[in-house]
Amino acid sequence: MTSLTSERFIAMFRTLAERIEQEKGYLCELDGHIGDADHGIAMAQGFAAVRAALDAADASAITPTEVFNTAAKSFLNAVGASSGPLYATAFMRTGTLLKGKAEAAAEDGPAVIEAMAKGIQERGKAEIGEKTMIDAWLPAAHAVAAAREAGKAPKDMLQAAADAAQAGADGTKDMVASKGRSSRLGERSLGHMDPGAVSAAMIVRIIAASLSD
Amino acid sequence: MATKKIINKGDDAVDEMLDGILDAHADTVMRLDSNKRSIVSRNGPRKGKVGLVIGGGSGHEPSFLGFVGKGLADAAAIGNVFASPPPDPIIECTKAVDGGAGVLYMYGNYAGDVMNFDMAAEMVAMDDIEVRTVLSTDDIASAPLNEKHKRRGVAGNFFIFKAAGAACDKMLSLDECERIARKANDRTYTVGVALSPCSLPQTRKWNFEMGDDEMEIGMGIHGEPGMSREPLQTADDITDRIIDKIFGEMAPAKGDRVAVLVNSLGSTPLMELYIMNRRVHQRLRERGVEVHKTWVGTYCSSLEMAGASITLMHLDDELTGMIDHPCDCAMFSVK
Repeated sequence: MTSLTSERFIAMFRTLAERIEQEKGYLCELDGHIGDADHGIAMAQGFAAVRAALDAADASAITPTEVFNTAAKSFLNAVGASSGPLYATAFMRTGTLLKGKAEAAAEDGPAVIEAMAKGIQERGKAEIGEKTMIDAWLPAAHAVAAAREAGKAPKDMLQAAADAAQAGADGTKDMVASKGRSSRLGERSLGHMDPGAVSAAMIVRIIAASLSD
Repeated sequence: MATKKIINKGDDAVDEMLDGILDAHADTVMRLDSNKRSIVSRNGPRKGKVGLVIGGGSGHEPSFLGFVGKGLADAAAIGNVFASPPPDPIIECTKAVDGGAGVLYMYGNYAGDVMNFDMAAEMVAMDDIEVRTVLSTDDIASAPLNEKHKRRGVAGNFFIFKAAGAACDKMLSLDECERIARKANDRTYTVGVALSPCSLPQTRKWNFEMGDDEMEIGMGIHGEPGMSREPLQTADDITDRIIDKIFGEMAPAKGDRVAVLVNSLGSTPLMELYIMNRRVHQRLRERGVEVHKTWVGTYCSSLEMAGASITLMHLDDELTGMIDHPCDCAMFSVK
């Protein structure tokens, strides 16, 4: 089990930027059903800005906290929208979690998921069942806590988080939106997955894969 | 197939548009060195005046930056297409227009805008700038009356910002400016109708589907679904539906006064807007309501969406004064 260095976190953000760029069209299409078809664009722009900011940083000289704070600032200012403040807050909370560490331990990997979920919930004030990204993030955080309780290894905790986030995102299909822009659709949002929850599940899965092993 | 647009690169659309606006309107607005998405009035902000910062996503031109100028908004923070601006341009706008009397934030009620403007307000509070926020919720088709706080802000922004901007320009206190802004919002009613979808410069795909013979009453300015999808009707029938909905809530009495805005969502031409306006005036006359002023044109668009919205502002003496107050903006003026 190797430790989580700044280089590992930077590599994680590079993967996020690549994968979300690939999924951009799909996320926009999902958003077209219940929103304004721009979610994929916003997320891809945000992670591209994070990658550019981290490319400009000296990976060997910055701490994990600085990696996340850089990500927060660049994501926020590239995106705005609602995903900007939500993910920026998620990254800032993770930066706080890792404060004072030159490198993080393997156990910190699952805690990243929990910190991000906490930040998103604090900023967006959404609850489970309102058909938002929190329907993927909170189950992921709860799965981490449950797996930790059960004495699982960090790798398995991360896997549990990824699975729970995916199940949560799938579940938004059967929900009526009551928060965010799609809430104005009421019943007509039924039958469509929430694009914010779908991208959240992708992000949790990529973070889990990047911080395992 | 990609939708047809006169653009270069989709990702450059917003910044290239801003370049063009600054080339055209350099006498009224300027861009801040500290943030290229902060557009500030050359003549408006001054010491002792409440600053008015508006903003929102791009794609609604001339909203919002077209309403920056003396007598109306002092600055606009510019977001990506259909996306709220981040806190940075909002913060820079706030600092640039702060005259020591506080700053009013006004924008449409959308989750993203609320989060970003609130984050900006928290940050400028650390610099001792007092910020008050008034959200516009004029789209009465977007939620029932008992859930007014969930309603969207749409073309009625034009009247609401106009009233608030006049209050600020008259050097009223922050309390007074806020009160007038809230009253303006409470007395402004909009309902839209969409005939065809729009497409974002980055995707160039229709952002929703609509049949060749269909229309949707109550659709939002980002394509949010409205009250009902139905076969296209005549101008008079569409206008009647909208006016009935507005009258149902506004309940104007005989002798009351209103300001009228008939707004294109993008590609609907003036010819059709004036046909609607004719019917709006007929209905107001029948009801004994006096029209103080009428504006017809594109004031809050949704890219190339076809369709229109009708806004009525229920005037009283105070709001009439605010609407008549002179202003000189990049894309709008009252002499």
